[in-house]
Amino acid sequence: MRTKILNLIEEDCKLTAKDIAAMIGEDEAAVAAELAAMEKEHVICGYTSIIDWDKTDNEFVTALIELRVTPQRGEGFDKIAERISNYPEVDTVYLMSGAYDFAVIIKGKTMKEVSLFVSSKLAPMEAVVGTATHFVLKKYKEHGVKLTNNSKVERLAVMP
Amino acid sequence: MRDPLSKKVIDIKPSGIRKFFDVVSEMPDAISLGVGEPDFDTPWHIRDEGIYALEKGKTFYTSNAGLMELRKEICKYYTRKFQATYDPVHECVITVGGSEGIDIALRAMLDPGDEVIIPEPCYVSYVPCVELADGVPVIIQLKAENEFRLTAEELEAAITDKTKIVILPFPNNPTGAIMTRADLEKIAEVIRKHDLYVMSDEIYAELTYGQKHVSIASLPDMHDRTIVINGFSKAYAMTGWRLGYALAPRIICEQMTKIHQFAIMCAPTNSQYAAVDAVRYGDKDIEKMVRAYDQRRHFLMQTFQEMGIECFEPFGAFYVFPCIKKYGMKSEEFAEKLLYQEKVAVVPGTAFGDCGEGYLRISYAYSIEELKEALGRIKHFIAQFE
Repeated sequence: MRTKILNLIEEDCKLTAKDIAAMIGEDEAAVAAELAAMEKEHVICGYTSIIDWDKTDNEFVTALIELRVTPQRGEGFDKIAERISNYPEVDTVYLMSGAYDFAVIIKGKTMKEVSLFVSSKLAPMEAVVGTATHFVLKKYKEHGVKLTNNSKVERLAVMP
Repeated sequence: MRDPLSKKVIDIKPSGIRKFFDVVSEMPDAISLGVGEPDFDTPWHIRDEGIYALEKGKTFYTSNAGLMELRKEICKYYTRKFQATYDPVHECVITVGGSEGIDIALRAMLDPGDEVIIPEPCYVSYVPCVELADGVPVIIQLKAENEFRLTAEELEAAITDKTKIVILPFPNNPTGAIMTRADLEKIAEVIRKHDLYVMSDEIYAELTYGQKHVSIASLPDMHDRTIVINGFSKAYAMTGWRLGYALAPRIICEQMTKIHQFAIMCAPTNSQYAAVDAVRYGDKDIEKMVRAYDQRRHFLMQTFQEMGIECFEPFGAFYVFPCIKKYGMKSEEFAEKLLYQEKVAVVPGTAFGDCGEGYLRISYAYSIEELKEALGRIKHFIAQFE
């Protein structure tokens, strides 16, 4: 039942326990209990929405920052990841295989703000040996949802 | 001037759905649950393959029966999925949708006066296609108490000396009914006993829930008596590509291919290349769509139950067929009132045969949000009769 619930709310977190119960043929109370349990266990870590900020008057810039770091004795990468994650400016932190260690995604109001954060906060951290900042120019798809999708329904209304 | 038209064609009744469609199309803000095609786009890898075929200049006719590569894949697929084996060289023809398959099979097999048994409610084209092929449609009215399955007794009762073909439209549009292996075994026995042929329309074969589709062609001694009609529209969400196929014993398939050759030449080349990719790599896509349909099906059954609308649980296709007899209205009247009052379009069961009276076909080829909104309106609508 867990996987079924998770598959559903991963696509639409607005579904109610009642909807989910109906869709997977389970009892509403059981689904509600399972949701609560998964929230408690941090299997479900939060509910967010996918917003195309470009369609609003608010201006945001998103940047992907590659960080190369020196892992710390006994702590590996975890401690430095924790420190980076603590900044509210930081949206996403991934440990990567390949040419660099961390991929950090940052949202800021302006390019200047993001650059300043990188140069004053991330780059000076002791373990960080190098950064490379890439600004996002346009978002086409996020969390499996196409942001540029304006396609109209072309199906006929009634068909045999 | 002379009458330019054929009397046979004039006598054919236009589809009951057509009439309803005209009303709905004048109501732009209506929510429709009347569609008989998937709401999903064709999976991207299939579309991509179609585009690639165009880029490579695959713009010529294929052989009449269709690309050998595609026929081989289809026959492998039928063995793999449904344990029915047909020879790709002589027993498979690629058609313009399942609809063409129905037409050419009937034309290849019927002589004037031959009877074709058609269980209703069913898809709208069997009766006219039989009539166009000079056959005589013999209707079996399926019963709600049998969950709209065909029973051996019903079949026996409809057979005469002139009976030649039995159409098996399962998983069924509009009822969503399926036939289990046990059901089919009993039907097969009758078919063998009376030396008949079966046209098994399996276009919804991939869309079953909780149990797998069984093809009657896979039962002992049924290969030589079965014409399987299938296609890419429903399973792979490829309605607009117009691609289907028929699997039939060589002696029948050769004559079907002859008609196809003169009437159509070959199915769209581009669609055939895309379809090769669909059969080869499409299992995952089907799985995903089936999961979504199943969730919606559960959702509808649950909601109908809450609303007190009687509806048997359908295990196939993407339709539910609720009973509205308790509201004391004919299907068409109910559907029209629902459309005018609440702006929800459903198809009256009578569009699929007289025994659809008292029922509605509701398609769940819609997102959960759309279904929720539409069912909310239906709930509001029936409240006035409670």
